Amino acid sequence: MEVHEMALPGIGVRYDITTERGRHMAIVAFRGGGHELALYDERDPDRSRDVIPLTEEESDAIAEVLGATRMVERVADLHKQIEGLTTEQLSLPATSDYVGRPLGDARIRTVTGTSIVAVVRGEQVHAAPRPDFVLQAADVVVMVGTPDGCRAAGELLGVHEI
Amino acid sequence: MDTGAVLLELGAIILGLGVAGRFAARLGISPIPLYLLAGLAFGEGGVLPLDTSEEFIEVGAEIGVVLLLLTLGLAYTPAELSSTMRSNYRSGLVDLVLNATPGAAAGLLLGLSPAGVLTMAGVTYISSSGIVAKLLEDLGRIPNRETPPVLAILVFEDLVMAVYLPVLAAVLAGLSVLGTSASVLVSLAVVGLVLLAAFRFGDRISALVFSTDSEQMILRVLGITLLVAGAAQQLQVSAAVGAFLIGIAISGEAGESARGLVSPLRDLFAAVFFVTFGLRTDPGAVLPELLPALALAVVTAATKVYTGWWAAGQVGIGPRGRLRAGAALVARGEFSIVIAGLAVVAGIDGVGPLTTAYVLVMAVIGPLFARYAEVLGAPVLRRVAP
Repeated sequence: MEVHEMALPGIGVRYDITTERGRHMAIVAFRGGGHELALYDERDPDRSRDVIPLTEEESDAIAEVLGATRMVERVADLHKQIEGLTTEQLSLPATSDYVGRPLGDARIRTVTGTSIVAVVRGEQVHAAPRPDFVLQAADVVVMVGTPDGCRAAGELLGVHEI
Repeated sequence: MDTGAVLLELGAIILGLGVAGRFAARLGISPIPLYLLAGLAFGEGGVLPLDTSEEFIEVGAEIGVVLLLLTLGLAYTPAELSSTMRSNYRSGLVDLVLNATPGAAAGLLLGLSPAGVLTMAGVTYISSSGIVAKLLEDLGRIPNRETPPVLAILVFEDLVMAVYLPVLAAVLAGLSVLGTSASVLVSLAVVGLVLLAAFRFGDRISALVFSTDSEQMILRVLGITLLVAGAAQQLQVSAAVGAFLIGIAISGEAGESARGLVSPLRDLFAAVFFVTFGLRTDPGAVLPELLPALALAVVTAATKVYTGWWAAGQVGIGPRGRLRAGAALVARGEFSIVIAGLAVVAGIDGVGPLTTAYVLVMAVIGPLFARYAEVLGAPVLRRVAP
């Protein structure tokens, strides 16, 4: 899927999306904040038939709903595809050795075979964090691996019961 | 000076403009024609001549022009200007040739001086970016695919203004041919240098004026703008160009917040400016110009529609979209008046009443064209796409 970017001088940026079923939609991001969601007319593809203005708060809410559900869906798909695989999430305790240190220092995959697929901090989801991602207390670490592997990874991070 | 009387008169005028603006909004038209009519009524030979507050109004009008051009410059970043210039210059040139020619021809036919002819070329050339931007928003057309070519034309026109205004100012100064050419060269060199500085050092100028405190920010922005505008005026480059260049230089976060802060001030002083333009025009002289203005309106509405049609066609827009693009550009307004205002102040005859009549027509029919583009263009559509 492609997202086309079109500059609107003096206004902002328009992002065009054509879905697999051939529906055209666009999101206009205004320079001064706020967005517009537009659906194009099927008979006159140049014209936006419906325009939904969104405040910044509304845009954030929509982005979060789509972002969070996508994360869960992707992980659920993995489960179905590979037997014996499990997902765990744990909250990093303040007592963990790795608070304030890069994720790579824990060498979780090397030691336990478990992959960290995301770190959720507050309302933000950091998908596929890199080894230099610095952990903080109360980060929610989402991992995929075998049940034993996940337990071992939890021990490394300072969580003793999963 | 009787302060009480001045305040009373100003209050009455501004309140009157507010009521007129509300009426215009109800009708779905731009308030500019009503402001002009108010000016005609208050002026000499009008029904309600002013007597105490003219001095304030004159200065207010100057500030109005400066703020109109400042916000125009603020609307675009240097990067947007240069990329539009590179990718859309062909539409820009079609626009320039098709829409400046009718004004110049009308000037010649009506026997105006060369300076008057140059003025009229500018009056019919430039679309009202204020009216057009508001229309696109009100009609929910910002996401439409024909909107980028429309915006590109507006951006190009603004750049042309940066060259045209100093040239016009030099010609209006009424020097000898040699003196005028020298003055044009000097002012173009100044504009070129300032534009270059705006592109290079825009970040630093933005940082200089930026403040999270809105009081600090507006004082800095206004101070710098008025200083540069005044200096430009002293150099015969015209205050409007100075303000425009400052607007371009201030961009990014500073530009965004400056735009928000200056807009209400601009609305007030621009309204004062339109009234002043009406004040300086003799209502008796406007009536005989109505017929030529109508003829010019018909021709230049057609040329703008064709410009938009052509520009949208270049990027593969369908016939309906091309029609909408053309109709959106028809409105002429604030900048036609700014251009004519320079000529009127310089004492060029015949330009004021004609432009007043012309803008009265164009600012009213422009929004109507844009709104009913597809209805009005139904015969064209039937022929192109049965």
